[in-house]
Amino acid sequence: MQNNKCNTTNADCQPQIKTFEVRVLRQDGPGQCSYWQRHRVEHEPDMNCISVLQKIAEQATTADGQRVAPVAWECNCLEEVCGACTMLVNGRVRQACTALVDRLLAEKPDGIELRPMTKFPVLRDLVVDRSRIFAVLEKVRAWVPVDSYLDLGSGPRQSQETQQMAYQYSKCMCCGCCVEACPQYLKIELPCRPDDTPESYDARLREAHLRSYIGPYAISQIELFNSNPTGAMNAGERLDALTGEGGIQVCGNAQNCVRVCPQEIPLTTAIGRGGRDATWHMLRKWFDQ
Amino acid sequence: MTKPRVVVIGSGLAGMSAAMKLAELECDVAVMSLLPLRRAHSCCAQGGINSVNDLTRQLGDDTWKHFEDTVYGGDFLQHQPPVREMAEWAPRIIDLMDRLGVTFNRTPEGFRDYRRFGGTLYRRTAFAGATTGQQLLYALDEQVRRWQVAGRVTAFENWDFLGPILDLEGRCRGCAAQNLLTMEIRALPADALILATGGCGLLFGRSTNSMACTGSAVSRAFTAGVRYGNGEFIQVHPTAIPGADKLRLISESARGEGGRIWAPRKPQDPRPPAEIPEKERFYFLEERYPTYGNLVPRDIATREIFRVCFQDGLSVQPDRMCVYLDVTNLPRELLDRKLGGVLKIYEKFQGVDPRTTPMKIFPAVHYSMGGLWCDYEVNASGGLNIGSPRNQQTNVPGIFAIGECDYQFHGANRLGANSLVACIFSGLTVAPGVVNYLENLPGGKAGEQSGSLFDRAAEQHRQRYQTMLVRPEGGLNPYRLHAELGQVMTKAATVIRHNGEIEAAYDKICEMQQQAPRCSLADTGNWANQNVVFARAVEDMFPLAKVVLKGALARDECRGAHYKPEFAMPEIHATDPAEARRQARQWCDRFQENNRKWLKSTIAAYAGDGDPELSYEEIDTSLIPPRPRLYGVTGGKWIEEAWKERGAMQNAK
Repeated sequence: MQNNKCNTTNADCQPQIKTFEVRVLRQDGPGQCSYWQRHRVEHEPDMNCISVLQKIAEQATTADGQRVAPVAWECNCLEEVCGACTMLVNGRVRQACTALVDRLLAEKPDGIELRPMTKFPVLRDLVVDRSRIFAVLEKVRAWVPVDSYLDLGSGPRQSQETQQMAYQYSKCMCCGCCVEACPQYLKIELPCRPDDTPESYDARLREAHLRSYIGPYAISQIELFNSNPTGAMNAGERLDALTGEGGIQVCGNAQNCVRVCPQEIPLTTAIGRGGRDATWHMLRKWFDQ
Repeated sequence: MTKPRVVVIGSGLAGMSAAMKLAELECDVAVMSLLPLRRAHSCCAQGGINSVNDLTRQLGDDTWKHFEDTVYGGDFLQHQPPVREMAEWAPRIIDLMDRLGVTFNRTPEGFRDYRRFGGTLYRRTAFAGATTGQQLLYALDEQVRRWQVAGRVTAFENWDFLGPILDLEGRCRGCAAQNLLTMEIRALPADALILATGGCGLLFGRSTNSMACTGSAVSRAFTAGVRYGNGEFIQVHPTAIPGADKLRLISESARGEGGRIWAPRKPQDPRPPAEIPEKERFYFLEERYPTYGNLVPRDIATREIFRVCFQDGLSVQPDRMCVYLDVTNLPRELLDRKLGGVLKIYEKFQGVDPRTTPMKIFPAVHYSMGGLWCDYEVNASGGLNIGSPRNQQTNVPGIFAIGECDYQFHGANRLGANSLVACIFSGLTVAPGVVNYLENLPGGKAGEQSGSLFDRAAEQHRQRYQTMLVRPEGGLNPYRLHAELGQVMTKAATVIRHNGEIEAAYDKICEMQQQAPRCSLADTGNWANQNVVFARAVEDMFPLAKVVLKGALARDECRGAHYKPEFAMPEIHATDPAEARRQARQWCDRFQENNRKWLKSTIAAYAGDGDPELSYEEIDTSLIPPRPRLYGVTGGKWIEEAWKERGAMQNAK
């Protein structure tokens, strides 16, 4: 494969790369101060940022020779379909698994920089709490409300065009890239009160999540389920969420979301349609009054 | 507190379909997962999900043939009633998933589109782009979320299953688990435990499996007394691309849509593949297997690639073994519409466009046909008695196993696109059985058990955890130990197996297992400590690795994915018909003799001394009598003839 890659990047053609530097923004726990740490990693063929983090875990030693705890991070599939390994690689939000070392070094030979997402509370190092993403899926009722799981025949027939559009939206991994890039999506970090129990804290946090901006991915999910023939029967509920507090009106049309989506979901198309649907929904409600 | 409650471990297709169905049956469920829901390994399944459909029916297909293909592809090593039932349910399962909003590809008239997959001659595979598993998982995840809102399902996300909790009579009363953030260890009372924890690819170091597929959960159930069936049957997928962190699968659908496997006839031909003329290309699968061509079952395709690379010396590259998987002959529009996601993986990780340049691929460990032993109850027509608590229940009362972590459906080799259907089928059908189990639960509910049962279990796991944290520095490195385990397992227990090597590997693994508790941790903290969780998972891989090796060592035959050249059946090269017939009869004698000995499931039980104890279980072949699996065997027509004669003679008696 080496010879192939030389056609696409320059890094492979520089045999002098034996090791490279990785700078990681670390944080030991929620609410604690973050700090930069340098690691030196040996270069191997076919490396991505996950294999870099695996090396760092194995070494557990900084570039200065200091013994440290391994960097914590999330990952699972390593094929960019599970959405777990989102982080900022050289300042850009993306899945770490498809961030190939040779390409990163070709763009920026002095090393690789890894940081946690900034729109979610850091739990440790590169691990953040993305429960808000899923709480919002509950709010927008992102499912098809079938009668039962008994055998009732197949679903409705669909044109290839409808399927292709729905498939685009339904590839959303809830990875968080779009909201990280969105200037309107603001971080929610609630300090713990002295009288908080874990349950009361979770309840307050959840309430805050449900009041805040739903984000581009959730708008695309509303479009997905409202375009499903069965899902459309409950379109009103989803449109209420779309037009309620934290709904589509918060979108500032920066269009950053669509540029960073690893699944290339047409998020701005969804937002455009969502805006139109929201307007009709408001008008209809106004006439119904 | 005393409500019957079921804990499902694992959030893939099997676990989520079980949780969804149990919730519908008004049962309170907790889903426990190493990761947040929606991130499970099922999302990696690309190609599709099999069922008989209206189109194939009109070409002569029926559910019996799907059942038969599955059993024949699996070399008759599975009990037939559950497989038969699965084939019956498959069309209903796809209908259900369609209703749940899965965006299956469509024909121009708006029906679901189907493609052909390995081991069958029918187009049975429904698919949603090239991310079918992801799409199915999301549909189930959405339903489970709906039940979470309704208060029926609770999610324990980022929790590690540490082991079942059994009462004095050996009945499961709950499980112990650790929160991966706070590191809190808790005993959760449960009246039934459903293990849906997937495969164990990480036993082999790098595989096509996700990072959560350590096999540790299954291993913990095994060491607690659950038996393990057919551990030696590990599927090595023919087409994957190497990486430093994992081996990435290129789906069988690439071949299902017309992709072809070849190697240049001239060893290490330096020309770019496009410049190698057709007649100088060796389409070895098509030449050797004219009926199935590129879609022979996976074990066969894998061995052929090995043979071409190692024996024939025809690897495309001299330094790294690989052959071409070529889709450049297919129309671009079709590639984008039906294989977009598959090809994108290659493009993303190799930086080469497979639409214009053939992909370089090599086999990789992919799937475990073996798994936790579980039971079933037959109905009068030879299918399953749905609702029986015996279905999918392991030998430990109250513990059920479904999905890849059970041993039920795939025998010695799994057919492509059958895993998704098996996962959802076992998830949906375990639910009514569990409900019936709960209704007749002896000895009261988990909530009524003595608290000390749970306190003791939690304390035991806390002690193990604390001991790990205070180990002295300077010991072994758990990550290196895991890499070494992977190397040993890959060398001894994948495509081609030799008893000498397996034996040596077993000794090595025993030695490594003894050293494992000397692993030191670089992180001794008590918050989101991934270091200790990984080290514990590695330690727990050893019992399972031993099951795989011991089973492989004992089984002196070739069956499906388990291949030992010393015990391979001969081929028939005689050209004289009389001689060929004589050899074929001998062949059939030997085949029958071998089946008498080895047409049995390997059952491993955990013995006190830490070694697995093997026994063998007869297989229910009541529906389709076993016959030679003859995909492309030289002289196969003579064998088939002799086999039919034998059958006719037996019938005449």
